[in-house]
Amino acid sequence: MEFSEHIKTANVEDVVLRRPFHPPMQGTLCVTGHHLLFSNRDGDSSRLVLLLLRNIDAIEKRPSVSSGTITLKCKDLCVLQLDIPGMEECLNIARSIEYLSSLDIVSDMYPFFYRPLKLSLQDQWGLSSPEQNYAQMEELQDRWRLSHVNKDYSVCPSYPPAVIVPHSIDDETLVKVAKFRQGGRFPVLCYYHRKNGMVIMRSSQPLTGANRKRCREDELLLQAVIDGSGLGYIIDTRSNQQAQQARMTGGGFESKSSYSCWKRLHRQLERGKVLQESLIKLVEACGDHSHSVDRWLSKLENSKWLSHVHTALATAGLLAECVERDGHSVLVHGSEGTDATLLVSSLAQLILDPNTRTLDGFLGLLEREWLLAGHPFQHRCAHSAYSHARLRLEAPVFVLLLDCVWQLARQFPLAMGFSEPLLLRLAREVYASDYGTFLCNSDQERCAAGVKERTHCLFQFLLKPSEREHYSNPLYEPTELAIWPSIQPQSLQLWRGLFLRWTQHAVHLEKAQEELRNLVIECRGAS
Amino acid sequence: MMEHIRTPKVENVRLIDRTAPRKAMVGTLYLSATHTIFVENNPETRRETWVLHSMVASVERPPTTPSGSHLVVHTKNFQVVQLLIPQERDAMDVQASLARLSRPEKYSELYCLSINPNANKEEREESWSFLDLQADYRRMGVPNNLWVSTPANSEYRVCDTYPSELFVPKSATPPVIVGSSKFRSRGRLPVLTYFHQDTLAAICRCSQPLSGFSARSQEDEQMLEAIMKSNPGSDYIYVVDTRPKLNAMANRAAGKGYENEDHYANIKLQFIGIENIHVMRNSQQKISDVGELKTPSMGDFLWGLESSGWLKHIKAVLDAGVFIAKAVAEEGISVVVHCSDGWDRTAQACSVASVLLEPYYRTMKGLMLLIERDWVSFGHKFSHRYNHLEGDPKEVSPVIDQFLECVWQLSEQFPCAFEFNERFLVQLHRHVYSCQYGNFLGNSQKERRDMGLRERTHSLWPQLWKDRAQYANPLYRADHTQTQGILRPNTTPYCFK
Repeated sequence: MEFSEHIKTANVEDVVLRRPFHPPMQGTLCVTGHHLLFSNRDGDSSRLVLLLLRNIDAIEKRPSVSSGTITLKCKDLCVLQLDIPGMEECLNIARSIEYLSSLDIVSDMYPFFYRPLKLSLQDQWGLSSPEQNYAQMEELQDRWRLSHVNKDYSVCPSYPPAVIVPHSIDDETLVKVAKFRQGGRFPVLCYYHRKNGMVIMRSSQPLTGANRKRCREDELLLQAVIDGSGLGYIIDTRSNQQAQQARMTGGGFESKSSYSCWKRLHRQLERGKVLQESLIKLVEACGDHSHSVDRWLSKLENSKWLSHVHTALATAGLLAECVERDGHSVLVHGSEGTDATLLVSSLAQLILDPNTRTLDGFLGLLEREWLLAGHPFQHRCAHSAYSHARLRLEAPVFVLLLDCVWQLARQFPLAMGFSEPLLLRLAREVYASDYGTFLCNSDQERCAAGVKERTHCLFQFLLKPSEREHYSNPLYEPTELAIWPSIQPQSLQLWRGLFLRWTQHAVHLEKAQEELRNLVIECRGAS
Repeated sequence: MMEHIRTPKVENVRLIDRTAPRKAMVGTLYLSATHTIFVENNPETRRETWVLHSMVASVERPPTTPSGSHLVVHTKNFQVVQLLIPQERDAMDVQASLARLSRPEKYSELYCLSINPNANKEEREESWSFLDLQADYRRMGVPNNLWVSTPANSEYRVCDTYPSELFVPKSATPPVIVGSSKFRSRGRLPVLTYFHQDTLAAICRCSQPLSGFSARSQEDEQMLEAIMKSNPGSDYIYVVDTRPKLNAMANRAAGKGYENEDHYANIKLQFIGIENIHVMRNSQQKISDVGELKTPSMGDFLWGLESSGWLKHIKAVLDAGVFIAKAVAEEGISVVVHCSDGWDRTAQACSVASVLLEPYYRTMKGLMLLIERDWVSFGHKFSHRYNHLEGDPKEVSPVIDQFLECVWQLSEQFPCAFEFNERFLVQLHRHVYSCQYGNFLGNSQKERRDMGLRERTHSLWPQLWKDRAQYANPLYRADHTQTQGILRPNTTPYCFK
């Protein structure tokens, strides 16, 4: 890829940059293959503003006779304006930005070029592996085994090369089960609850179809999961009606007759276009500074974003209750098993497992339940709320997860080892990043593109001693208890830190956070 | 009081936790002269739940079920206590007793006046001198060569709902004072409530002029002119009418209204549009209903919030304060604030403005003083508004509640700027209704003097101060940028929680 082909005008002087929290700046604008650089020399000091082109969601240009204004709307919701002298320059710059901000080929993207001095490509990539995770969990080893049936991704292209399945189920069986599940996503273990030996499994929908096909191997596998316990729950993230209708297109659900020991619960979680529209409406409401409270509340309600947060947390709470209070294993799936399924399983783990609430543990959870589990990040995060592009597979499922985690952290301020800045950082990185972590749609694609060898790992970077301080929660107090969130509407709030990040409002709150940090550090130092 | 208690004790009562209805506590219910007390049977914990009679807003008895009779007690601070009483007769007795006990007919039935005034006499007298209103005026720099104290109301003869100590412009002579008060609803003439030393601008408050369609008063016009002149930095003043313009206009038909810009030289009239006490009462009822929905969806909740209009009203009050604060501090222009009678919306607007302008009012003592001045001394009708005695339900309205909520919203926007925390505000709110202390009894300073409250009750303020460790905001730093100077809140709707 020859980037310079797409850059007709690389430098323009006397450009004025307008951005939140700063007065307008005049300086030189520079376009590179991956960035916009703006440098301003004011007397002795010089300031540099760097913007990753990938972060740009939409670009609006208003050319006039001798100049033009470009408005850049970013995926992290920041809005910037550039006043560029010279109409031709303005149009050229706009064109370059349009092209370079939506590169399709993974190896053209910035993480493959990012080479900071302090990091080495030889550093460890990723936090852990399925083998390491399995080895650490001794309690489950007598009933569960690590299978390498997917080691070349041929059985399930979106799964990692190693998965945890019941001991009694051999690889041949797994192959047959994979053929019966959408996308080959056969049921695998994602969480083992130490307190009572119950587990959370996840998968995609069974391909029963209109003819109500059965798969003995699938039934065997599920039977092996609840062996000894007698009953299991299936949480289907589709409504009953949607599950029934799925049969018409080759999908379906686990019927009572074939899976008699499993009780099915339906909780409809939205996904795909509905979620993306919800985000778009919410961002639009936040950008509307009209001074009517009624309009604001009605727009907020209309976006339904908080309703999605509500449903996600409620379903996760239900899942956690089944495991801890009822004492039964649970299988969770939707249609594809790559969105709502992962959302609910990760939130349930945060509720139940204190180990996922430390900084390391949380990143490890994300690695297992989202990256290795095959959430299609590239498709989902191609565009955010401002984009004018025709939407295809975009959906802010991961942002919804971060919002739900934020709600949990707000309700239990001492329970999380990480703080809001981490969630905000992740919300940005997932759309545009210097790191390779969120590239591609599955582990297979990442391996094929050489992501692990040729880019840097975000999670490893965040855990570095120089960084982790910033992302840790000074109020953290480890506890062995589960944390049960309140899902009453009064308890759920708009995540102002994310959606109103670029307003003056946020600045005061940040100051307060800093004050809080200093206080706690003082106290800890004194005691 | 004891004569109103039909049944002092009922056994085998269940206290139902509305969030976990299957887990009910079994115990004994007691009715004393001042409280309802539920004591759990469990010998290990013997947990007690106390509800002060004056905090009870309503007692409902839904239809009897096979398991017994329910009583649902709603308190004025939004607590809901649900009891299950086995015998219907007992439930009826408790309901009737509580209904009477929570609606006292005389002040002497109230908690603060039912104590022995001679017990802790010294402590009691001292408690009333804990706050010194005059000292706060001096802190503001008043009296000075622009503003003086007038003895005209020392016996409440000019205005019986105003304090006895009034500050007026130096050039306002007694005839002007008296004449102006005759031209104002309830005699509530324009007087000083806040003086901003940096710009020499002032906030004055009053009630609506009795102008009707064409009436004029030379003295009242002179009063406003004197106020303007006492700010050497500006040649006009704002007159802020906190009502919606339509309502203000309607008042003219009743011989009242607002200042005609043609008659009063150098004034700029500004309508803010805060709704009246009836609208606010309904709004609060609606929002409290939303809070009690059994399993609301997110949509139900947001829709209920919107249709109550509550946040809209809070924003209106805050916007009023912002306008006044800006005028005084940034433009250096004095402001005269009024509504109809000048004791509800006027109090809200002036006190919110003071909180924005003055860091001192963001401290615990400062807020207490502010309430003591703008609300208590200036004749806000506490007993009527907060239903201390059985009275006219149309007079009841959550006026000071809204002020306290504005302070809370500000503290959420500026977490480092306030010395006190949310608990302080909640406690203040509670005591406005509780009548455990004498501060908020009655409807004016004169009434309190006539009732001899200082000799018969305790003041709340020293008690709050004693417990100040509980009410301290750990993020408060007196030298923080957020704490100093003027607060400039963002009142875009999304900033309200």
